[in-house]
Amino acid sequence: MDFIGTIKLVFRTLLARKGRSFLTILGIVIGVAGVIIIISLGAGAQSLILGQITKLGSNLLSVQPGKSNEKGPPAQVFGVTITSLVNEDANALRNKSQVPHIQALTGLVMGSVSVTWQNKTVDTNFMGTDYNFPDVLNTSIRLGQFFDQQQGDGGANVVVLGDTVASEIFDNTGVNPVGQVVKIRSSAQTQAGGIPLRVIGVMAKKGSAIFLDFDDQVYLPLAIGQQQILGIHYLRAIDIKVDSSNNIDQTIADVKNVLNQQHHIRSDDNADYTVRNIADAISILSTITNALRLFLTAMAALALIVGGIGILNIMLATVAERTREIGLRKAVGATNGAIMRQFLTEAGVLTFLGGIIGIIIGTVVSFLASLVMKSLGYDWAFVISITSVLLAIGVSILTGVIFGLYPALKASKLNPIDALRYE
Amino acid sequence: MTLIEVENLKKDYVNDEVVTRVLHDVSFKINEGEFVAIMGPSGSGKSTLMHILSFLDRSTSGVYKFEGKDTKNFDDDYLAKLRNERVGFVFQSFNLLARTTVLDNVRLPLVYSKIKDTDELAEKALASVGLSHRLNYLTNQISGGEKQRVAIARALVNNPAVIFADEPTGNLDSKSGNTVMFILQKLNNAGHTIILVTHETDTANHAKRIIRIKDGNIISDEKVAKRTVASAEKDLVK
Repeated sequence: MDFIGTIKLVFRTLLARKGRSFLTILGIVIGVAGVIIIISLGAGAQSLILGQITKLGSNLLSVQPGKSNEKGPPAQVFGVTITSLVNEDANALRNKSQVPHIQALTGLVMGSVSVTWQNKTVDTNFMGTDYNFPDVLNTSIRLGQFFDQQQGDGGANVVVLGDTVASEIFDNTGVNPVGQVVKIRSSAQTQAGGIPLRVIGVMAKKGSAIFLDFDDQVYLPLAIGQQQILGIHYLRAIDIKVDSSNNIDQTIADVKNVLNQQHHIRSDDNADYTVRNIADAISILSTITNALRLFLTAMAALALIVGGIGILNIMLATVAERTREIGLRKAVGATNGAIMRQFLTEAGVLTFLGGIIGIIIGTVVSFLASLVMKSLGYDWAFVISITSVLLAIGVSILTGVIFGLYPALKASKLNPIDALRYE
Repeated sequence: MTLIEVENLKKDYVNDEVVTRVLHDVSFKINEGEFVAIMGPSGSGKSTLMHILSFLDRSTSGVYKFEGKDTKNFDDDYLAKLRNERVGFVFQSFNLLARTTVLDNVRLPLVYSKIKDTDELAEKALASVGLSHRLNYLTNQISGGEKQRVAIARALVNNPAVIFADEPTGNLDSKSGNTVMFILQKLNNAGHTIILVTHETDTANHAKRIIRIKDGNIISDEKVAKRTVASAEKDLVK
């Protein structure tokens, strides 16, 4: 019997047992759908994260206080407050002769505050920054203006609202936020009142980048943030924009030189600060996502193996159940090879169909997930790679052939007389 | 011309080192165009003999020549080829494929051959057993008598040198059994060699020659003096 004939025969056999055929391949369907979904969601998440990083600008460096492994989490994550980074450090870095490739930089402090206008109060976050914050972090203003150098350096009583905060307070009031006075109060403060600040601008919508929502923020001069809200003299970070991505490594070295001088440190090993760049962030995130993907792919592979054992089990039962049929086929001229091919093809076709159904289900689920993510406001890409589809089909057929081999061999070895007499 | 020739054929079954001899020194010849009944009580060895003659099993010793060739050194694949091209089977319990149409059942031997026009040949074989109107019925939708006629059509479809019928009427009522015997006689009249295995004298008497077996030995081999000629309803078989 030729290959086409075998395929036709196998389809007829499988269609005659639709319910069982479907149950047989269920494990494969789930395994393959799992692989497709994991790969698709993984690709979507990666594009989301990369998109968020790109929003910040890929030439961004961040100096953070405290020594930590540049590839690991910042020290602050563990609740440690480190006061070693100060305004003088930022000023020293502004010296063009020592760090020629810095395009702009800003010192940063941050915290949570409540913003009150008339009788409306909104809980949000604040960033105390220098005047060139929009340049450093690629943000723009949609209304009014950001504070200028004079207002920034002088600690003027002004504030710029994030898009979300402006909407929450001023939407449906008909009032232009610019020119209004809001009261800002640190969440740590218990007494009523707060610092009155004049709104001079509203930021354009930017979205989130790396777990930081730029729209749910208010931006105010560094001195206001440090002295009046937090009561501190140090910085949480210095964000630096390098003029070109080619100069990032040079600039990191320059920054370290300046800070080592400032802090009287002789070797980088003793540094009490950490310089991070976006490339580091990308590598940290891809390390995490790759590890996750590997783990999930292993789980999906496990599901495929379980599915394969299901195939093995059912094929063995099928061979037993169809012993007489096998005997008959041998009696009318089927060779051992023909019987072997029939059962092997049957397992292969079953798992191939399982793979196809799994791909369809996986694609649909991934697509729905991308719709959900988009509706939640994430910039989520729906990605189904042809490689993952081919891989899924290949692996599922291979599973069928591997787990179908033993039952097929068993069927082909049956003695025709014993098979014909089998009850 | 001699189709089948066996000399000193022996068959032993070995079970847990206990050797049981089922056939002792069996020798006979069957010519092309004969209608032979192999007859004997159950356990006599008649089915074992049929299995050897039809290439489903091998003898322990002795010579079996088929169409003049010694079958001793034929390998499994070649035996499968012989079963496919030179032999047709009719079993007591029909052995049709369930959930499969009558036409597909009859086509089955052709599936394993190189023949292309399988539908045409299968329809022709079904017409010769009067089942042209049942082509697309599933095998569970037809009667026992019809099932056995489908089995005969399947045995015929590859135009074999010999048809082996193992108790073909055993599971049928007398009327259906009569039809089956009518068809077998008709096929024999058309030149087909038929070897019938049965334990019933009535059935064996439809053959032209009866080889009687008891305890693995041939006890008689003679022509049927008063042969039964089966008749069938006209509309049933053309």
